[in-house]
Amino acid sequence: MSERTATIASSVGLHARPAAIFAEAAGELDLEVTIAMEGEPADEAMDAASILTLMSLGAAHGDRVVLRAEGAGADEALDRLVQILETDHDAA
Amino acid sequence: MNNGVSTAATLPVQFSGVGVASGRVVGPVRQMPKPVQEPAAPGHGVAPLPAGATAESEGLRIKDAAKSVKAELRARAETASGEGREVLEATALMAADPMLIKSAIKLLSAEADGGARTAERAVWEAGAAVAAKLTALGGYMAERATDVLDVRARIVCELRGLPAPGIPSADAPFILAAEDLAPADTATLDPAKVLALVTSSGGPQSHTAILARALGLPAVVAAPGVDEIADGTEIYVDGAAGTITVEPGDELRAAAEAWSVQASALAAFNGSNTLADGFVLPLLANVGTGADAVKAAAAGAEGVGLLRTEFCFLDRSEEPTVAEQIEAYGAVFAAFPGKKVVVRTLDAGADKPLPFLTNADEPNPALGVRGYRTDLTSPGVLARQLEAIAAAEAAHSAEVWVMAPMISTAEEAATFASMCTAAGLKTPGVMVEVPSAALTSAHILREASFASLGTNDLTQYAMAADRQLGPLATLNDPWQPAVLALVKLTADGASLASAATGLPKPVGVCGEAAADPALAVVLAGLGVASLSMSARALAAVAAVLATVTLAQAQELAAVALAAPSAAVARAAVRDGLPILAELGL
Repeated sequence: MSERTATIASSVGLHARPAAIFAEAAGELDLEVTIAMEGEPADEAMDAASILTLMSLGAAHGDRVVLRAEGAGADEALDRLVQILETDHDAA
Repeated sequence: MNNGVSTAATLPVQFSGVGVASGRVVGPVRQMPKPVQEPAAPGHGVAPLPAGATAESEGLRIKDAAKSVKAELRARAETASGEGREVLEATALMAADPMLIKSAIKLLSAEADGGARTAERAVWEAGAAVAAKLTALGGYMAERATDVLDVRARIVCELRGLPAPGIPSADAPFILAAEDLAPADTATLDPAKVLALVTSSGGPQSHTAILARALGLPAVVAAPGVDEIADGTEIYVDGAAGTITVEPGDELRAAAEAWSVQASALAAFNGSNTLADGFVLPLLANVGTGADAVKAAAAGAEGVGLLRTEFCFLDRSEEPTVAEQIEAYGAVFAAFPGKKVVVRTLDAGADKPLPFLTNADEPNPALGVRGYRTDLTSPGVLARQLEAIAAAEAAHSAEVWVMAPMISTAEEAATFASMCTAAGLKTPGVMVEVPSAALTSAHILREASFASLGTNDLTQYAMAADRQLGPLATLNDPWQPAVLALVKLTADGASLASAATGLPKPVGVCGEAAADPALAVVLAGLGVASLSMSARALAAVAAVLATVTLAQAQELAAVALAAPSAAVARAAVRDGLPILAELGL
């Protein structure tokens, strides 16, 4: 199991456009990636490819979330997803 | 027509209904798809799965349908811009969302709660469950529940091979036909693509009618059968006469052409309305937001006769803060420096429910705790709104008047006036929309500084006819003699109150009746001091009022009051106003 922690950079939090960009990227992977707020138990983590999940997570700007995945290429995939979360997509 | 023999024998060539927004146009019909029907649950003679289908094959159908819906929404997002684009992109992702699709696929299995079911039914139930979950989260997430239900309807239609719900998209402008339009459709209606609206149901005060007037689109409602006209059929719509003609001949095409020329000539109102004899009758605008107010000012409105403050509250699960309200009202005041702006306090309830203020379980919401009455059950909201209005007034130069909706008695008027005084607001008034207020206006206007007739609700209450119901459209007509009599009583009561107090007690009209140019003449003749309407209607109303003197308006008002029916009153007044035919109104 690979694991990464990321800090939400978007000023609106993980909502709307930032959530859409992230869900899209997670959905394109051949891996099951989960997301949870930092400190939440791993078995309560939810599907990171679901925009509905992401929005209901309610992660605000500055919140820390944990991404987990298992399998070939998991580390590289998680690194890329962390990069997306730590980019401010509203500052375009 | 070939010797009176129609080739399309199954379809009538002429439909008639109630004209609610004038104008004459010719164009091809596009039907609004019917609302999605709930797929049947298994049991009671409904097989869990169609013949030959398995949970696996149904699962594939769900995935394919979700993919198609996602692709279609994404394609639409590409043609949109700004906020609309972002909303469509997020909705596209929801269509193929794993949370939605996985739970739908789980429901196909024979082990699922309730056993196996069809793909349609599984998507329906999964969508409902996801939407309920979002609603329970409240706030922003609760608002997304509507998007999930929209996506669900699209997937079910895709599974059934039916067109997606919502206003159809087409490259060329079209005439939209429907059973009736819902408030949600109004957000997606592109006025550049829609030439006119025709509906088989709905009344003169329906959402379709209000939307048509706001957009300046010709419209006919309550015309049975128009929702069956085939897509692509050319029709002629006369929004003044309330008629629709299939495959119009040269004469009607010429009439439509002539109207478009006149409509552009009518486009301007100079911002200072007088009758032919110089009598001053200000024309104001009904607005909901700062953006509306800017448009209304550009259209020449002499002020705002009705600021609907609900916009600030709708779609909210909690009361907006005083600071938010000050900003929203201030945006409207800023558009009318030095001019009159009449603010209507929150009018929640009946067709405008608010979770923090109204009770959804009332058996009779139109007769329930709505408008001013919500102060009985949720004290504090109104006082804070008055505080916000006063603070916004202090920051701008607009002359702010405030009125309460759904006032029924002089005691209520007195209480509201004292609340306004306590907040530092100088001009408290009342809406006259309950018949009791019209009948006792002499008493009410001793307490309040002015009255504004809300003809939409006044008509519905006087005639005991729900304004949304198509079959009652002829009752729901502000030309009804009973409604005109109530207008006259209100104006006469105001004169008495004015004589008794030595103060002016003006009565205005802010209902849709003011936007009907012929009725505007009658209202002027009945003693109304100002008319407030959709900004789009200003030019037409001003053009007609400019052709009559006050004495002529009073004569026409007397003719209308003496008529035994709405139809006779309308016909008699229209006969006395030749300008209407000249302008195609």
